[in-house]
Amino acid sequence: MISKVVRSISEALSDIGDGSKIMIGGFGLAGQPGELIDGLIEQGASHLTVINNNAGNGTTGLAALLRNGQVDKIVCSFPRQADSQVFDELYRAGKIELELVPQGNLAERIRAGGAGIGAFYTPTGFGTKLAEGKETRTINGREYVLEYPMVADFALISAFKADRLGNLLYRKTARNFGPIMASAATTTIVQVDDVVALGALDPESVVTPGIFVDRVVAVGSRFDREEWAGVR
Amino acid sequence: MFAERLTRNEVAARVAQDIPDGAYVNLGIGLPTLVSNFLPADREVILHTENGMLGMGPEARPDQLDPDLINAGKIPVTATLGASYFHHGDSFAMMRGGHLDVCVLGALQVSQFGDLANWSTGEPGAIPAVGGAMDLAIGAKNVYVMMDLSTKQGQSKLVDECSYPLTGMRCVSRIYTDVAVFGLSAAGATVTQLFGDATVDALRDLTGLALIDGTSA
Repeated sequence: MISKVVRSISEALSDIGDGSKIMIGGFGLAGQPGELIDGLIEQGASHLTVINNNAGNGTTGLAALLRNGQVDKIVCSFPRQADSQVFDELYRAGKIELELVPQGNLAERIRAGGAGIGAFYTPTGFGTKLAEGKETRTINGREYVLEYPMVADFALISAFKADRLGNLLYRKTARNFGPIMASAATTTIVQVDDVVALGALDPESVVTPGIFVDRVVAVGSRFDREEWAGVR
Repeated sequence: MFAERLTRNEVAARVAQDIPDGAYVNLGIGLPTLVSNFLPADREVILHTENGMLGMGPEARPDQLDPDLINAGKIPVTATLGASYFHHGDSFAMMRGGHLDVCVLGALQVSQFGDLANWSTGEPGAIPAVGGAMDLAIGAKNVYVMMDLSTKQGQSKLVDECSYPLTGMRCVSRIYTDVAVFGLSAAGATVTQLFGDATVDALRDLTGLALIDGTSA
């Protein structure tokens, strides 16, 4: 019998080694797998490359992982924010490498990675600093930049519900990078609010089919609304 | 120069007039979000937020806060009836694929031919951050910029050639400012509407550009 459900976060993360490339879901705090990141801090893997839209907010979650010195390089679209002080300090001190990617290219590179695409031409970024040195091509009169897919050793994502086969439902805008990252990593580890019985998810509504998911761990409700309102 | 300027709310209201019924629209972070306050009630306009929703509603009241429901500026928002959620691959396909009718963006500089600079001042040592700006710039059917025409130091932000790093080339078709509305094309910039005491000649002086007078059209 297939069961992707693991009992603990430490079990789910046990084989993440030093130097791993890890996609971490979330857009700001929405969809950020906070419990898995806390587990990764405890687990201690270092020299990581992290792929995320941002570079941490405040002092918890991804920001705490950076502050703990576990990340050598971050690939993201929008590192600098009002509350990205942890990243800002590391970057200015030369302690973290940054690869800046336009958000849609980041998404499409991840999608392409999961979909087995060799490379693709995109109009985004053409003629800008972020496309310098990249191959370009004119197709039907429009200019495009060649971009390569992105894959990772692990994806850590947050979803709303899962069944034991790893079929996933998300909640509202917390879906963001989850489905594409799940497809682009060798091992996809998902934290969910609840694991439900097989058959409880409507097959028409499943967002990420279980084939893209390797491990599921239930963490309960992810936030205290009052507390969250204060930290945003 | 230009004692009588529109307020930012007045500029937002002016932009809103040009958003047609049935349009799918992305309003960029910052000033452009003001436009949503002025959309005429008799038009149905669907707002897109690139983090993954169509049918974005107003900012959430304290009793509506939901950490899973935010906009691209990471502000808690609400969903309207008929809203939909989707992942980033789909969201940026909507943008890059030309499915949005209108995108309204802020800008540091816009060239008279429609080049846009709005993501970086290129200052040495500054931490770069681009987000979805480059996708928005090249994706929508109509890309409008909403900005003050001058910097605080009095320099025109409508320029012959952008000195700041580009976000996209030849992508902006219209600029709404506090003193005038401009149409942009390969032929250069055309003044299409003047506000307050602005004149086309005064705008030519400020911008140093041979602006086409389209105000009588």
